[in-house]
Amino acid sequence: MASATTLSQAPGTSEGGAPSALPPAAPGLFGFTRAQGVALLVMIAALIVCPYFLYPQFLMKLLCFALFACAFNLLIGYVGLLSFGHAAYFGMGSYIAAHAAKVWGLTPEVSILLGGAVGAVLGLVFGWIAIRRAGIYFAMITLALAQMVYFFCLQAPFTHGEDGIQSIPRGMLFGVIDLRADMNMYWFVAALFLLGFLLIHRIIHSPFGQVLTAIRENEPRATSLGYRTDDYKLVAFVLSAGIAGIAGGAKSITVGIATLTDVHWAMSGEVVLMTLLGGLGTLFGPVVGAGAVIAMQTYLAPFGAWVTIIQGIIFVLCVLAFRAGVVGELGRLLRVKL
Amino acid sequence: MLEELLFQLEMSAPQVVLGLVNGAFYALLSLGLAVIFGMLNVINFAHGAQFMMGAFVAWMLLNWAGIPYWGALILSPIIVGAFGVILERTMISRLYKLDHLYGLLLTFGLALIIEGLFRNQFGSSGLPYAPPESLTGAPLDLGFMMLPKYRVWVVVAAFAVCIATWLIIEKTRLGAYLRAATENAPLVQAFGVNVPRMVTLTYAAGVGLAALAGVLAAPIYSVNPGMGSNFIIVVFAVVVIGGMGSILGSVITGFGLGLVEGLTKVIYPEASATVIFVIMAIVLLARPAGLFGRA
Repeated sequence: MASATTLSQAPGTSEGGAPSALPPAAPGLFGFTRAQGVALLVMIAALIVCPYFLYPQFLMKLLCFALFACAFNLLIGYVGLLSFGHAAYFGMGSYIAAHAAKVWGLTPEVSILLGGAVGAVLGLVFGWIAIRRAGIYFAMITLALAQMVYFFCLQAPFTHGEDGIQSIPRGMLFGVIDLRADMNMYWFVAALFLLGFLLIHRIIHSPFGQVLTAIRENEPRATSLGYRTDDYKLVAFVLSAGIAGIAGGAKSITVGIATLTDVHWAMSGEVVLMTLLGGLGTLFGPVVGAGAVIAMQTYLAPFGAWVTIIQGIIFVLCVLAFRAGVVGELGRLLRVKL
Repeated sequence: MLEELLFQLEMSAPQVVLGLVNGAFYALLSLGLAVIFGMLNVINFAHGAQFMMGAFVAWMLLNWAGIPYWGALILSPIIVGAFGVILERTMISRLYKLDHLYGLLLTFGLALIIEGLFRNQFGSSGLPYAPPESLTGAPLDLGFMMLPKYRVWVVVAAFAVCIATWLIIEKTRLGAYLRAATENAPLVQAFGVNVPRMVTLTYAAGVGLAALAGVLAAPIYSVNPGMGSNFIIVVFAVVVIGGMGSILGSVITGFGLGLVEGLTKVIYPEASATVIFVIMAIVLLARPAGLFGRA
C-alpha cells in the first residue's frame, strides 16, 4: 500500500505553489505516517463525539465543505494547479442532486452520485480546455469557465434562477433509512466525508498520485521521464471536480436548498480560502480550514459584509505571513507531516 | 428585403454602440492588467475593486467636496493610484520571489476587503452619478439612430487613453526602460535604473487606468460596490483571449469583444452573458497562447 514508485520526491519548496518543506516521511500503515494516523483517529473520534455537543446541521454543512476543500486540495496541493472555478462543479453537483431528489424522486445516494457524475463530466470538458495553459492563466481560465456555468444556472429553467431549488426532500437512504432524522443524516454525511477523504488520500499515495507530485515539483522532468503530464493533470482534474460535485450534492440534500450562491465565484474563492488557511498540500489542512471558515460564517452572519472583509484579511495574512496554513505550521512546529 | 435589413440595423445599432462602450471598459481594464502583469508578474485581482473605487472616489469628490466630473477624471485616478502605491509597497512587493499564484491570492483578498468595506459604508444598491452637463443635452442624430453624447465620449476617451498608453510604452524612453525591465530586470537595474521604483509606479499606473475606467463608468452604471467584480471576470477572459504579450493586442481584443457581445444581444440575447467565455474556450482550443500572445 505504501508509496512505491521510482520517482523520488525532491525536498524543498515546490514551484507549483504548495510548500513541502518537510522531507518525505517513512511510509506507515496504508500510506499514513504515524502522525497522520493519530490525526486520523482524532478526526474520527471528533466525527463521533461532535454531534452530541454541536448542532448536527452545522456539522453536516461543515463536512460537505470539508470534502469540497479536500477535492480542491487534490489539485492545488498535489498537482500545483490553482483552479479558481471549483464552484462550478460544486454548484452543478448541488443543482443536479437537488433536481434528481426533488423532481425525479431519486434516493439521496443516487442523487448525490449523479451530482458527482455531472461534476466530473463538466470537469472533463473544462479541464480539457484549461490545462492548455498553466499557472496564472489556468486560474483565470477556470474562473471564466465557471462564470459561464453561473450564467447558465441563472437562465436555465430547472435551477429556478434567483429562487434556486428549495425544500429538497432528504428522502430514504437506500430506500430504507429515513434521513429526515438529523442524526441519520449526520451519520450518512460523516460516512460520505470519510469515504471521500480516504479516497483522496488513496489517490495521492497511489503510483498515479506520485506522478502528480512529480508534475508539481518539476513538470519538464516528469515529461522527460516519459509521462504524458497533460493526461495526468486531466485525470486529477476530473477526480477533483467529481468529488466537488459529490460534496455539492451532499450539501444541497443536507441543507435542503440549492441556490446561485453555490455556483458564484465567491464560492470558488471560499474553497481557496479554506484550503489556504488550513494548509495547501496537507492532508488535514482543508478539513481544518473548512471548519474555521464555516464556523466564522455561521457565527459572524449577523455582521453582514464584515464576513467578507474578515475573509479578505485572512487571505492577505495567509499569503503574507503564514503560507503553510494552520496545519502546515502545526506540522512544522511538531516536526511531523500532517 | 432591404427595408427589413435596414429595420434590423436600426434595431441593433444601439446594442452595438452599447457593446462598443462595454468594449471600451474591457480595453481599459485589460490594458491595465497587461501593464501590471508585464512588470510585476502579478495578476491584479483587485483590478475590479480599484475600478469600483475610481467610480466611488468620483462620487465622493462630487458629493463631499463639490468637485465636478472633469476634476474627478484627473483626481480619482491619482488618488486610487496613490492607494495602489501603498498596496504595492507594503504587501505586493513581498511576493515577487514567490510563485505567481500568491500574487493572485493576495490581490483577491484585497479585492474582498475593499468591496466589503465599501458595501458596509454605502450598501449594495447603487448611487446615482450624473454625467457632466456638457455631455448630456440632445443625443447625436445619426439618421438611423440616436447616439447619447456621453457614450460617444466614453468610447473616444477610452480609445485615446489606450493609444496614449501604447505610445508611451512603445515610443518613449520611459517605455523603453519599462520594456527592458520586463525582459530582464536585474540587467536594467545594473544600468542604474531604479527598477523597484519603476515597478511601484507601473502598478500605480495600472491601478490609475482602472480608476479612470471607473470614473468613465460612473454615469453609465450605477455606482455600487459590486460593479467591479462583475467586470473583472469578463476582463480575465478578454486577457486570455488576447494574450498579455501585446499592448495593442489587448486594446483590439477589448473593443472587439465588446462589439461581439453587443451583436450577440441582438442575435441571441440569452447567450450575451456567456459569449465571451465561449470565445475564450474556442481560442484556447485553437491558439492556446491567445490571439496576440507568445507561447
